[in-house]
Amino acid sequence: MEKGQRMKIVTRTRAGTITGLMVVVLVLAGLALPAVAPRSLIQDLFFILTMLSLAQVWNLLAGYGGLVSVGQQAFVGIGAYAMFAMVILFGWDPVPAVLVGGVAAVILAVPTAFFAFRLQGAYFAIGTWVIAEVTRLLVAQWKALGGGTGTSLPREATSDIMGVELIRTLFDVREAAARDILAYWLALILTVCIIGGIYWLLKNRLGLALAAVRDNTEAARSVGIDTTRLKWAVFLIAAFATGLIGALIYVQTARISPDAAFSLTDWTAYVIFIVVIGGIGTLEGPIIGVIVFFVLQSALSDYGAWYLLTLGLLAIAVMLFAPKGLWGLIAARTGLRLFPVQRRLVGHDINGGK
Amino acid sequence: MTTVLDLIDVSKSFGALKVTDGVSLTVPKGQALGIIGPNGAGKSTLFNLITGNISPDQGRIMLLGQDVTRLPAMKRVRMGVGRSFQIPQPFEGLTVLENLLAAAVYGRGAPEAAVADDCIAILRDTEMLAKANTLAGSLSLLDRKRLELARAMATGPELLLLDEIAGGLTEGECRALIDTIRGLHAKGVTIIWIEHVLHALTSVVERLLVLDFGRVIGIGAPDDIMASKDVREIYLGMEA
Repeated sequence: MEKGQRMKIVTRTRAGTITGLMVVVLVLAGLALPAVAPRSLIQDLFFILTMLSLAQVWNLLAGYGGLVSVGQQAFVGIGAYAMFAMVILFGWDPVPAVLVGGVAAVILAVPTAFFAFRLQGAYFAIGTWVIAEVTRLLVAQWKALGGGTGTSLPREATSDIMGVELIRTLFDVREAAARDILAYWLALILTVCIIGGIYWLLKNRLGLALAAVRDNTEAARSVGIDTTRLKWAVFLIAAFATGLIGALIYVQTARISPDAAFSLTDWTAYVIFIVVIGGIGTLEGPIIGVIVFFVLQSALSDYGAWYLLTLGLLAIAVMLFAPKGLWGLIAARTGLRLFPVQRRLVGHDINGGK
Repeated sequence: MTTVLDLIDVSKSFGALKVTDGVSLTVPKGQALGIIGPNGAGKSTLFNLITGNISPDQGRIMLLGQDVTRLPAMKRVRMGVGRSFQIPQPFEGLTVLENLLAAAVYGRGAPEAAVADDCIAILRDTEMLAKANTLAGSLSLLDRKRLELARAMATGPELLLLDEIAGGLTEGECRALIDTIRGLHAKGVTIIWIEHVLHALTSVVERLLVLDFGRVIGIGAPDDIMASKDVREIYLGMEA
């Protein structure tokens, strides 16, 4: 019996609060890092952050939305090319042009979704892949942006990117290093926004709908959830974020070609590896996955084919023995949730209320 | 008295098979109506016509005085049609509370904060409060049935459709569930209930409808219906 004690619904946990504080500390440390870190570390971290962002977005699509796309390279590529187009054809600064990359990805996502949503499961996956290939072939015809061989950002555009001059005086580094620092900072901010944004979505009504649809589509419809609209929303959000990340990656490399920007291996296969190894359907999983991926890549990249072979075998082993990924193992042992989304009723004698 | 549901000469065929044959029915607000009939009589089809999961070939369906014949299922939920499934379909990865929140937020189109208290009240009414934080996937059959009922209630229904909710329960569990449903009915919820467990049904409903080959072959007070010769022959298979 409750005695005047008001029940309320909470999602906050202690682990979650600690995570929040740690994230703030890590982000501040990450922002200050270029003052002491060598350029190679900044480049490595840029790579890790962008892969982590791509993995989180794919996880939103496949792990939460049930949309197993293997065509995300279409949005990386179109985002990067849109950024290049704004810089080369219209003389924009590359940094604001990154936003155009995101918008271009959404514009491509609308017809992609229109066709791909007619397909289910494996057919959806293949459909997205085919659309990505078609996009690559079309972009390769774009002569103003180098056609099939690609092009570089012009010298005058990269030399006065907004903020680079400030970073040069701040850290006393050369221009190329300053550009890396800028890209790294943007990647850090983007990663925080993407993880924070997805976490916010999951904690709100969209999270309930995604979980409901994941568990039982028919029942989800019977309680008034518009499953079609939900799929569209997730797909368009994912496309926008992927386009932003793609454009940012190519601000840093400053050189583009259709084969690289629309690479299935780099932008989707590795990303799926990261999510599967770490744990699909959790925010923690891709974070662990990207660390494992980076360590493997650093250790094995000199061995060519053995590298890919090891990744493949490891992915198979994890799928067989730990289908919920490495984070799944940890969470099952410890019950730890770094990003709590579960709503709990407290203030009453309730089982599992803790 | 206000009318919640009006079926006007509704028919539906699957190929050559007429599963709903010119059904007309009026359900006033606050009534509990039971539907019985042999397997394949078209009971579940009638539910699917009311919820909008399938649309009729002929006739009109009115909900609260509005023609909803061509309205998709999702919109009818918003208008106040809540249903429970014959085989419980919980959102297994969500807790009991979250199952209700999802239903309330989307079924009523209201923010989470606005429906929270009501969800807690429904948990109490359906005796699921102690299990609020339990994952739906780990519930027993009785609790899954209760969750079906609670989740349907969470959508804020004017009309609650129960599809064989007492089936498969033990005698004691069945009584517990009947008490819960009686409680909801006493609060003025309009109920249409398909059930094979007759004593459960007749202990709650005020009116009974018998369906056979898609046609209404009897409607009235439960006692009169159960006593009628036609019903005994067709439904209970007795030679009167």
